[in-house]
Amino acid sequence: MESSVQTLAPAQPSRLLSSGLGWRRRSVNTVMMVLIAGAFVLAMIPLFSLVFEVAKRGIPGLSADFFTTDARGVVGGGGAAHAIVGTLVITGVASLISVPIGIMAAIYLNEYGTGRLRRALTFFVDVMTGIPSIVAGLFAYALFELFFGPGIRLGVMGSVALSLLMIPIVIRSAEEVLKIVPNHLREAAYALGTPKWKVIAKIVLPTAFAGLITGVMIAIARIVGETAPLLVTTGVVDSMNSDPFNGRMQNLAVYAYNEYRSPGVMKQAAYDKAWAAALTLIAIVMILNVAARLVYRRYKTEIR
Amino acid sequence: MLGAATKRTPTEAEEGKGKMTDSRAATATSTEPVAAAGRPAKTIEARGVNLFYGDFHAVEEVTMTIEPNKVTALIGSSGCGKTTFLRSLNRMHELTPSARVEGHVALDGEDIYGAAVDPVAVRRLIGMVFQQPNPFPTMSIYDNVAAGLNLNARKVSKAQKDGVVERSLRGAHLWDEVKDRLDKPGGSLSGGQQQRLCIARAIAVEPEVLLMDEPCSALDPVATLAIEDLIAELKSRYTIVIVTHNMQQAARASDVTAFFNIEGTGKPGHLVEVGATEEIFTKPQKQETEDYVSGRFG
Repeated sequence: MESSVQTLAPAQPSRLLSSGLGWRRRSVNTVMMVLIAGAFVLAMIPLFSLVFEVAKRGIPGLSADFFTTDARGVVGGGGAAHAIVGTLVITGVASLISVPIGIMAAIYLNEYGTGRLRRALTFFVDVMTGIPSIVAGLFAYALFELFFGPGIRLGVMGSVALSLLMIPIVIRSAEEVLKIVPNHLREAAYALGTPKWKVIAKIVLPTAFAGLITGVMIAIARIVGETAPLLVTTGVVDSMNSDPFNGRMQNLAVYAYNEYRSPGVMKQAAYDKAWAAALTLIAIVMILNVAARLVYRRYKTEIR
Repeated sequence: MLGAATKRTPTEAEEGKGKMTDSRAATATSTEPVAAAGRPAKTIEARGVNLFYGDFHAVEEVTMTIEPNKVTALIGSSGCGKTTFLRSLNRMHELTPSARVEGHVALDGEDIYGAAVDPVAVRRLIGMVFQQPNPFPTMSIYDNVAAGLNLNARKVSKAQKDGVVERSLRGAHLWDEVKDRLDKPGGSLSGGQQQRLCIARAIAVEPEVLLMDEPCSALDPVATLAIEDLIAELKSRYTIVIVTHNMQQAARASDVTAFFNIEGTGKPGHLVEVGATEEIFTKPQKQETEDYVSGRFG
């Protein structure tokens, strides 16, 4: 038996092979790809040049001293240890304030909220995401001035100001993550006779855990470099202070600003240290972002 | 019993009201599915049940009795309210925002929609298995089965929990397949195994009634057969209500069948006829039923 598949000789010019139209489409395709890739490169240039520049100018300012000593009593020398510690403390306390409030608000909005109150809350959260950071700082200052009198400067004031900026970000990202938890998991827990709060605490939150942590880390990365609110709340100081409730506290952003603005006698050393502080800030943000990705990958639950 | 979530005591199990055979009880070892000699499976009575989603009237005037230790199948075409009615039996319907229930549903005489009744307590007595297997993805197989115990704040020792997990997995015919990997995540099983895991999870809390919403529709025929065999065995210990799209499954697996129908889109679904499965399928009383079971519409 002959092969039952016979090739037919085309009786007319093939409709499947493209005519001139194909060549034009291909060239348009190539042009668009070049344009898109070019736009991407263009967008990346400022980023890379920024990192390169900061690294180039910041590395000379780095030294063991930079990380270990503060600037107390030293003219032109000293390091930024107090600033680093200050940044960590202020950011840490801000997270301690923002994370519980933010996540609980997101739980309310997603699991309990109905109708008008929920819409009003969502609206206000959206408004809060746009608060200029100096406004947050002034608010925190005014609040503490009410209780402690004018001129008060405390580390915790900076944390309060930063948490005003951080809370809406935490709420927004936590809300998105909680929405992704599929409803059939909640139903399965309800069907076992589980009270609602336990369904949230033991099923919804653990399932959303990775996403929640990522959202928190991104919020932290957002506020770690804020300068304006900290200028008016935590002040400028040269000595190490790790107690947020006791006096001024230095931080990397204000430190960089200060070294640049009042370099004192040894100008170049001061500028170097300002750049080094900026470099440290960038490094902290990068570490946080990488950590956020690693945590997400490690803890995410495959929801089938 | 429903007003306070009381833990069932062993003495209740020894009351001679059950329908278990003594021979099964005699040969049971401590980890075999415990022959619940004397543990009565309960009756559910629905009277004049009307179900709403907001203003939309979804199910109209259902009055029927779910008989103990029998499998009741709810059949009917898509959208006629079978699942909505099923979910009203364990107070899951009201979890949908703006959903409303009117009428009476009583578990062995006690109105489950009473003012003082805790819906959480109702759901511990009336369990549910869903169409899509939904094991908790953050938990291991062991924790999934024990989830009912963990989530309900029943303080049980580890040894007791081990016993419950083994008993439930044996009861769901899953023990031999997973006993070596109890700490693996719940999502690592096949579809049929996941559904049996969900059944094990449901029976671990020892409900009195088990509601199943199209439990086999997402499974292949082999897994479906395994689940149907399981249902046949479970009915000796629980009252089972199963919603199914598959008429042949209803004919195979159930003792009582209730046929729901809907007059048109936008109209509420209603109960057309309920009776012994054999009668519904061979000599139904209503013409509508006859048309449906003989495939004239569906």
